[in-house]
Amino acid sequence: MNSLLKKFKKDKISLIALIILIFMYLSILFAPFLSTYEKNYSNRELSYSPPVKIYTITPDNKLSKPYFYNLKREFDPHTLSITYNEVRDKKHYINFFTKGYEYKLFGLIKTNIHLIGTDNEGELHILGCDINGRDNFSRLLFGGRISLTIGFLALLISFPIGLIYGGISGYFGGIIDNILMRISEAIMSIPTFYLLIILAAILPSNMTSTQRFALITVILAFIGWAGFARVVRGMVLSIKTEDYVKAAKSIGQTDFKIILKHILPQTSSYVIIAIALSVPSFILAESGLSFLGLGIQQPDASWGNMLKEAQEFANIMYRPWLLTPGFLIFIAVLSFNIIGDTIRDVLDPKSKIGR
Amino acid sequence: MSIWIYIFKRIFQTIPILILVTIISFFLIRLSPVDPLAEMRLNPAISKQSIEHEIKRLGLDKPIYMQYFYWAKNFAKGDMGTTTTGESVALKIKERTLNTLLLSLNVLFWTWLIGIPVGIIAALNYRSTFDRMLTLFSSAGMAIPSFFFAVLMLIFAQKTGLFPIGGLTSANFYRLDLFHKILDIMHHLFLPTFVLTTLSLAGLSRQMRANLLDTLDSDYVKYAVAKGISKNRVILVHALRNAINPLVTMLGFEFAGLLSGAALTEYVFQYPGLGRLILEAVMKSDINLVMAGLVIGSVMLVLGNALSDILLRVVDPRVRGN
Repeated sequence: MNSLLKKFKKDKISLIALIILIFMYLSILFAPFLSTYEKNYSNRELSYSPPVKIYTITPDNKLSKPYFYNLKREFDPHTLSITYNEVRDKKHYINFFTKGYEYKLFGLIKTNIHLIGTDNEGELHILGCDINGRDNFSRLLFGGRISLTIGFLALLISFPIGLIYGGISGYFGGIIDNILMRISEAIMSIPTFYLLIILAAILPSNMTSTQRFALITVILAFIGWAGFARVVRGMVLSIKTEDYVKAAKSIGQTDFKIILKHILPQTSSYVIIAIALSVPSFILAESGLSFLGLGIQQPDASWGNMLKEAQEFANIMYRPWLLTPGFLIFIAVLSFNIIGDTIRDVLDPKSKIGR
Repeated sequence: MSIWIYIFKRIFQTIPILILVTIISFFLIRLSPVDPLAEMRLNPAISKQSIEHEIKRLGLDKPIYMQYFYWAKNFAKGDMGTTTTGESVALKIKERTLNTLLLSLNVLFWTWLIGIPVGIIAALNYRSTFDRMLTLFSSAGMAIPSFFFAVLMLIFAQKTGLFPIGGLTSANFYRLDLFHKILDIMHHLFLPTFVLTTLSLAGLSRQMRANLLDTLDSDYVKYAVAKGISKNRVILVHALRNAINPLVTMLGFEFAGLLSGAALTEYVFQYPGLGRLILEAVMKSDINLVMAGLVIGSVMLVLGNALSDILLRVVDPRVRGN
């Protein structure tokens, strides 16, 4: 642990990655405080409105408190085009630590204070709105809650399964090993993404969003464990020949306890590395599924399903701000990869991949 | 043991795995509450007789484990049934599989052609600017979601007009002569290949670099250098061969990753491949098509793995020893 901290101090890039991730997780923790609108608040008048322009200098060249103008949709019957124009007759000032919608911070403290806000008539959409006129910025924060946590939850399911499965297989050997390994090979032989979409598609459609979230997590976990179990088994095969395992056996320790207490802890540094390196793949898998419309469903937000808008050609050409979730996924995954590499360098100094 | 016996054995080993795969896939799909014939029943163009024929063929009136045997028997005979729109599944799968193979092999070819030299140069110039650039590039390449990268490339194609936006062939494909047909396909293949190659290049070049660094660090290389053999000869003759061997084992895995990664890319580029076929089939709950696609995808993967094992045996004499 100490050497890990030292490494972070020395390695500027992984320090930056760590800071970015801490910032991201703090943002989603304080999502209601930072958001300007509730995640399901929608204003149909502002469907696909662009980000508002924020001014700090007034037309007569004076410095001013930041302000913006509301946008108004205008339809041109001749060209059939929709444009958003600023309503210049009223300035709306941006206030800090101001009152907004009511929420419970951490689910406990009832408050209505937000980091930024505006007067009652202002429509402050920093990153514009989606097709339903929902605030993109706020949805990014709430969507991050799903996108950035689902990977860890899936890990909590898949790693224990992989550990115990690999442990049993390696420890008992023989016919049990043979059967268990053939099953895991078979699961690994189905192309991961094909398996994912099929599992997601057989979910019944009449589920609540919490149920759906839980099941998607389970599905993600289902694809990760097999490869992990095989590596654990390989390690257990060599660990079980150690003298202390034989000693434990000779004093009558049960097999199950030996696996759990004496063998599996020996794999811990590999497990930590594997966990650190597999969080990103879960995040990518979730975003891919939601992008296809098979993962997290509307009205819930996740970065993947917000990117679904990028499937519309008009959107990616004329509304590039809708691509923000893609960049956020990229940055999050990149940071996780960098930190995973750093952890591996420290725990497994022989590996040269990251150096 | 001669290599042929090994090849035979290795191929033979894949059979139980494939049977297990079909069992797992079959029961997973049948877990779903969806009626496999719902679409057919709603389609007025499909007669009652053909629905009854389908029920008989799939054994839907029998218990589920019997249904599996019905399915397996038909599948082994090459009868994969019809899609919900009445087309032959076998024909459709064949066409799409070839397209996916075309894309995947193309990507594999470019990845190896570029990735190996880049990895070597980076390892030989350890910690140089080039090396650092490569590390940066490969971290970025591994972090970008494939579908997002594909979308960005679509924007590029649209803005510059240099490349067609999706598909595999142009509208006037059938009127072209052979040369222009090939040119047309290559033109369409470029962007999907570019996206997938960039993504898998990151992993491969990184691995190659690490392997070569490892072998350069080993005693026999140091010994060869100490004996006064020229540096180039040590690297090319002694180090490189051993550094590439682990990559041959990875070939199978890479192929697996490609099949999965290609599914999303195919979807964004509207490329007529297996991944997109399965996706569309899943959305329409076209059970015959999903099942066949899943099995064919797995067959490709398992054979890919077997092939890389065989290849490793050819190139690495140490594996032949035992």
